[in-house]
Amino acid sequence: MNKVLLAPATKPLLFVLALGPIGFLVYAVIARSLGPNPAEALIRGLGDWTLRFLCLTLAVTPLRQWTGWHALARLRRMLGLFTFFYATLHFLAYTWFDMGFVWADIARDIVKRPFILVGTTAALLLVPLAATSFNGAIRRLGAARWQLLHRLVYAVAGLAILHFYWMRAAKNNFAEVGVYAAVLGVLLGWRAWKAWGPRYFMKLGSHNARG
Amino acid sequence: MLLPKDRSFVHPIASEITPRAVFEARRSWTRQMAALAVGLAAPGVLTGKASAQASMSGRQASPLPGTRSTLAGAVTLEKPTPLQDISTYNNYYEFGTDKSDPAQQAHTLRTRPWTVTIEGEVRKPGVLGIDELLKLGAMEERIYRLRCVEGWSMVIPWVGYSLAELIRRVEPTGNAKFVQFVTLADPAQMPGLRSSVLDWPYSEGLRLDEAMHPLTMLAFGVYGQVLPNQNGAPVRLVVPWKYGFKSAKSIVKIRFVDQQPRTSWELAAAQEYGFYSNVNPKVDHPRWSQATERRIGEGDLFTKKRATLMFNGYEAQVGSLYAGMDLKKFF
Repeated sequence: MNKVLLAPATKPLLFVLALGPIGFLVYAVIARSLGPNPAEALIRGLGDWTLRFLCLTLAVTPLRQWTGWHALARLRRMLGLFTFFYATLHFLAYTWFDMGFVWADIARDIVKRPFILVGTTAALLLVPLAATSFNGAIRRLGAARWQLLHRLVYAVAGLAILHFYWMRAAKNNFAEVGVYAAVLGVLLGWRAWKAWGPRYFMKLGSHNARG
Repeated sequence: MLLPKDRSFVHPIASEITPRAVFEARRSWTRQMAALAVGLAAPGVLTGKASAQASMSGRQASPLPGTRSTLAGAVTLEKPTPLQDISTYNNYYEFGTDKSDPAQQAHTLRTRPWTVTIEGEVRKPGVLGIDELLKLGAMEERIYRLRCVEGWSMVIPWVGYSLAELIRRVEPTGNAKFVQFVTLADPAQMPGLRSSVLDWPYSEGLRLDEAMHPLTMLAFGVYGQVLPNQNGAPVRLVVPWKYGFKSAKSIVKIRFVDQQPRTSWELAAAQEYGFYSNVNPKVDHPRWSQATERRIGEGDLFTKKRATLMFNGYEAQVGSLYAGMDLKKFF
């Protein structure tokens, strides 16, 4: 598997695949196959793909640890940048097709609707991550600080799922939200366990020993 | 009237209707062009969707013509929303909460035999069969704006008559102050009832004077055809100056009462959905603005939203019903 992942064609192939959703959505706009409310369908479609790419990005490290496919790491940056790409398009589609680029209305809407505020915050938090995604930024920041900054993605994951949950709350329609929440829960839960689990259990153990 | 009789069977803005064959050909042409443009990116996915659309538009409905209404405000000159959009973008939670659910699920609804029970503060209570109801008033075609509380709107050529005709027939007593509309809730026909999103059966209400207003109609058809199930067949309420959820679908009971009835949406979220729910751009929903609306089927992705009108543009006809009322308080 590592050999496949290290093949020169892997990155370009992933790049083309990752452009598939936007290609499909652009096609659907032209073909008018997005249904009676194309603006809504497009905005929601871009939101779905943002969340999917976020899950894929966050899946890289756990998958690497579970399977030993360490070469997955070289795909992580591209997946993260595609998350940012779809998040940006999602936000742009909202400001354009839903709000007609009327910034006063957008500002009012962000304050009025908690789920818009949460989504906007998540999108904004992705900006510093995308801006420091190149090798030079890692050098300049230092690996430790860079890593600390990029833990922001965990906050983004929480905000993104809250955004989706609130969007669906009006109709008590939580099935799909539950799937994404479970996936993100496993991916983040695994990290939490790795970071705190053993230490936490050791502490528990020594506490018991002291009786 | 100077209009010749057969005008009643002609669609209101005949020149604007694109024949089905033409628009379907146009759609398949656009689809082909788009396929060429995007190339081989995602061929399989799209063919499925196109065939689903084709099968939906192939549905045959029985004709139900109506004479063009002469009532003030009853025929807007705005372009009617295509039937395809009217019948595939629905809020009818008994068939699922997604907009596309009702069109896919409502085929299980049995609209015959159908009865509507009239009860409460009336001198002539009873049970009316759907055929009796269909003959009770002269069928009129009325082209109303419909504004959903979610922020989208349509223009719909309904077929039916004023609810007032039925109300006069059943003779409300002096105690009748409100009218309650109870709709069908049969789990065998309606898969959405498994969801606890609302308290079933769906129930709505109007003040008696609102119910008696000539613009308030009982609708049996749309576009000169019997209502598609997902649009509330076989008989529904249409109150054009209120948010769409006030216009109860598939009615089985009309009750005349002396107290303001609790509606399903009030029971679900009283602070968000008031009894009146008149369309009002100045009174926001607690969670979103009501100042603008997206007109379904109008233009394309780049078409701007339009400003929402007071009482959905029916202020001249219905404004006097609410004279002196604080519309922020009685939202």
